[in-house]
Amino acid sequence: MWVYVGRRLLLAIPTLLGTSIIVFAMVHLAPGDPIAAVMPAESSQAEIEATKRAYGFDRPLPVQYLVWLGRVARGDLGKSIATRRPVVLDVRDAFANSLVLALSSSLVAFGLGGVLGLLAAFRQGRVVDKLASAIAVVGVSVPHYWAGIILIIVFSVQLNWLPAMGSANDPGFVEYLRHIALPTVALALIPLGVITRVVRSAALDILNQEFVVALRAKGLAARRVFTHVVKNAAPQILTVLGLQFGFQLGGSVLVEAVFSWPGTGYLLNLAIFQRDIPVLQGVILVLATFFVLLNLAVDLAQTVIDPRIARQ
Amino acid sequence: MRRIVILLLALALPLAPAGPASAQGTLRIGMTASDIPYTGGQSDNGFEGFRFVGYQIYESLIQWDLSRGDRLAQLVPGLAESWEVRKDAPTRWVFKLRKGVTFHDGSPFNADAVIFSFESIKKKDAPHFDPYGSGQVGFRIASLVAITKIDDHTVEVETNKPTSFVPYQICYMVIVSPTQWQKVKDWRKFAEQPSGTGPFRVTKFVPRERLELEAYKGYWDTKRRPKIDKLVLLPMPEPTTRLAALRSGQVDWIEVPPPDAIPQLKAAGFTIALNSYPHNWTHTLRLDKEPWSNKLVRKAANYAIDRVGICKNLLNDTCIPATGVVYKGHPWFGKPKETYDYNPAKAKDLLRQAGFDASKHPAKAVHLISTSGSGQMLPLAMNELIQKNLKDVGIDVDLQPVEWNTLLTRWRAGFKTPENEGLNAWNISWNFLEPWSGFGRFFHSKAVVPVAVNTMPYLNPEADKLIDEAERTFDVGKQNEILARLHEVVVDDAPWIFVVHDQNPRALSPKVKGFVQPQSWFVDLTSVTVR
Repeated sequence: MWVYVGRRLLLAIPTLLGTSIIVFAMVHLAPGDPIAAVMPAESSQAEIEATKRAYGFDRPLPVQYLVWLGRVARGDLGKSIATRRPVVLDVRDAFANSLVLALSSSLVAFGLGGVLGLLAAFRQGRVVDKLASAIAVVGVSVPHYWAGIILIIVFSVQLNWLPAMGSANDPGFVEYLRHIALPTVALALIPLGVITRVVRSAALDILNQEFVVALRAKGLAARRVFTHVVKNAAPQILTVLGLQFGFQLGGSVLVEAVFSWPGTGYLLNLAIFQRDIPVLQGVILVLATFFVLLNLAVDLAQTVIDPRIARQ
Repeated sequence: MRRIVILLLALALPLAPAGPASAQGTLRIGMTASDIPYTGGQSDNGFEGFRFVGYQIYESLIQWDLSRGDRLAQLVPGLAESWEVRKDAPTRWVFKLRKGVTFHDGSPFNADAVIFSFESIKKKDAPHFDPYGSGQVGFRIASLVAITKIDDHTVEVETNKPTSFVPYQICYMVIVSPTQWQKVKDWRKFAEQPSGTGPFRVTKFVPRERLELEAYKGYWDTKRRPKIDKLVLLPMPEPTTRLAALRSGQVDWIEVPPPDAIPQLKAAGFTIALNSYPHNWTHTLRLDKEPWSNKLVRKAANYAIDRVGICKNLLNDTCIPATGVVYKGHPWFGKPKETYDYNPAKAKDLLRQAGFDASKHPAKAVHLISTSGSGQMLPLAMNELIQKNLKDVGIDVDLQPVEWNTLLTRWRAGFKTPENEGLNAWNISWNFLEPWSGFGRFFHSKAVVPVAVNTMPYLNPEADKLIDEAERTFDVGKQNEILARLHEVVVDDAPWIFVVHDQNPRALSPKVKGFVQPQSWFVDLTSVTVR
C-alpha cells in the first residue's frame, strides 16, 4: 500500500515538470509581452526594454525557466508582475475561494446527479428516466458561462434577489451564501449532467448482471438489492467524481470570470490578459499538483472500496 | 452574442425597488481596470489609475481643476501654492509649498516629502527607489533632473533644458509620505497601507478585488472635503459585469457602460454622464510606404469617413467626430484648412488626383486593430464601418485584429520589424493631456521609435520648429497659439485618419448627485453625494 503511494507520488514529479515546461513555453510563444502589459501604453520601446532587463525577461528562455524552477524547488513561486505581491499569497487566497466554490457546486451536482441517476436506472424507461436524461443532456450541452449570464439577468438584474458579482464584502454566512449561490448553480450544471449519466449507466450495468437477478430471485428486499448495486457501481462512479471535482476546481475560468468570483479561474484569466507569467505558472502548478493528488486519493479510495484493485 | 446579452440586461426592469441597502454616503464604483490600480503612489492602469486611486489618495504640487464641465480642465495650485521659472535661469523653477498640510499618517508635508517622492522615481540607488512606480511615471517627467530644498516650504526643480512644459509634468508626480514609508520600508507594504495628502484615505485593501477608502477628515482644502463617508472601488473589466452590477444595485457608478445599453439605462432613470476630454481614436498611418505615403490619399481617407454615422448609429452618441488631433473648442484646435466632413465624392476625386484607380493602381492597405482595450471603444464594429467607408471611395483596407496587449507590443516596436513589415497603419486611441502627449511624442523628428512613439515616421521640419518653440514659450496663452498653428499643420498633413473623440461615458445611479463631468481624464469625487 505505502509502496504504491510512494511510487505514485514519484510519478507525479515528471508529470508536474512536464506541465510546467509546457506552460512556460506556451506563455512565451503567445504574442504579447508581460512588461508591455503593466507599462503605460504611451511608454516607448526604449523604456520597455529597460524594464525588461530589470525583471530578467531579456535572458534566454531556458535560463529563465531554470531560474524559476530553482526558486520553486525552494518553495518560492516568485512575485506577480502586476501586483508585486508574492504569488504564493495570491494563489493561496484564490485557491481557497475556488475550493469553496468547487465544494459547493460538487455537493449540488453530486447529490442531485446521484439521486437522478439512480432513480433513472431503477425506473428505466419511465418518465423519471426520461426527465433525468433530459437534465443530463441539458447539463452537458448548455455552456455554463451562458447559463451564468442568464442567471444574473434573472436573479440579479430582474428579481434583484442575489448579487451579480464578486465574493461577499461584509462578513456573515448568509451574505456569503447569497454571493456563492449563482456561481454554484452555474458551475454545477456540467457535472450534474455528467454524473447523472454515469450513475445511470453504471447502475444499469450492475442491474443487468446475473448476481442481481439471483439476489432478486432469492427474495432479497428491494432496499438490500439497491445497496448491493450501489456498492458495486461505486468504484466506477468514484473515478468520475474525482475527475469532475478536479475539473470544478481548475475548469471554472469562465464561470469565475462571469461572476468575478476571486478564485483560481479568475486569477488565471487576469494573468493571461496581463501576461503575468509568475502568477500564471504558480496557479497552473498548484492546480496540476492538486489534480495529481486528487487522482491518487481517488485511486486509494477505490482500493478501500474494492480490494481487488489493490491486488492487481 | 454579447450584444444580445447587453440588451437583455438593459431591458430587464427591476421588479424589486432597490438592491441591498448600503451605508450612508457610500459611493461604489465599477472600474474598467482588471485589477486595483497601484496604490503605492505613482499610478498604473493608465489614467483610470490616476483618476480613482492616484489623485484620490495623493496629490501633486500642481493639479487639475475638475470642478467645471464647460471648459477644458486647467492647472491650479495643489500642494504648491505658487511656482515660477527663474528669470536668470530658465531651467530652474521655484515652487512655494503649501503649509499646514498633513499626510494621512499625521506627519507634515514639506520639502523633504517632495524630494523623497522625486527620488523614489528617479534615484535608482536610493533605498526608497520604486522601480515599478518609476516605470509608470518616470518617462512622463523625463525632463526633470533634480529637486533641491531651499527651505522647508520651498523647492527648486531643475530641468535638462529650458521647457515650459514643467507644470504639466509636475502633475504626474504625486507626493507620498516618507514617514509612512520609513515605517514599512517596502513599496508593496506601503501600497497596502498607503499614505498621501489626498481627500480619501485607504481603509481596506483586498488585492484584485476591492479597495475601500474613507473621507480624510484632516484634508487641507476645507472646501473640497468629501461629502461621502466612504468610497469603494471594484475592478470589473467585463462590460456586461459592470452593467449587471449597476442594474442589481451592487455599485452606484460604472465606467464606460456598453453603448447598446445606454437608451435603456436612461429610460430606467440612470444618469449618463458625457463630456469632451483629451482623447482621440485614430488610425496612425505609415508614411514611408504606399498608399499612405501620398498626402492626397491620406486626405481622401479622411474625407471618406462617416464620423457622424459612427457616433450616432454605433456608439449611441457617446463620441463626437474628430477632424484633427484635438476637438473643436480646444485651445489648440486653431483654424485648419481641411474640414474633413463626410464627402465621398471629394475623397474619390483626391484619390484620382493621387494617381490611384481600381484597375491599374489600386489603393490597398493592411491595418492592425485590437479586439478590445482601454480607450479603444468598440474597435471591431467601428473598424468594419471604416473599412466599408474606405472601400466605397476605392481604398481597400484589410483589417488584422489582434489582442490589445499584442497590438501595443507590436506598435512600440515600430513598422520596421519583420512582423510589422506588411502593415500600413495601426488603430490606437491616444490622450492629448499636455503638449508632449498630444504632439511631441508623435510629430517630432526626435521622437522616432525607439526613443518615443513617432512610428509613422512623421518628419516635418516645420512641425519640429513649432514644437520646440512651444516648449520654449513660457506664456501659456502664447504657447497655446503656437500649438494651434502646429495643429493646423498636422491636420493639413493628415498623418492619421482622424475618427472620433470619446465622450467618456459613465452611468450613475439616480442616488448619485452633485457630480460634475469635467473635460478631463480625471474626476473630482469630493462634490458627490449618495442618498
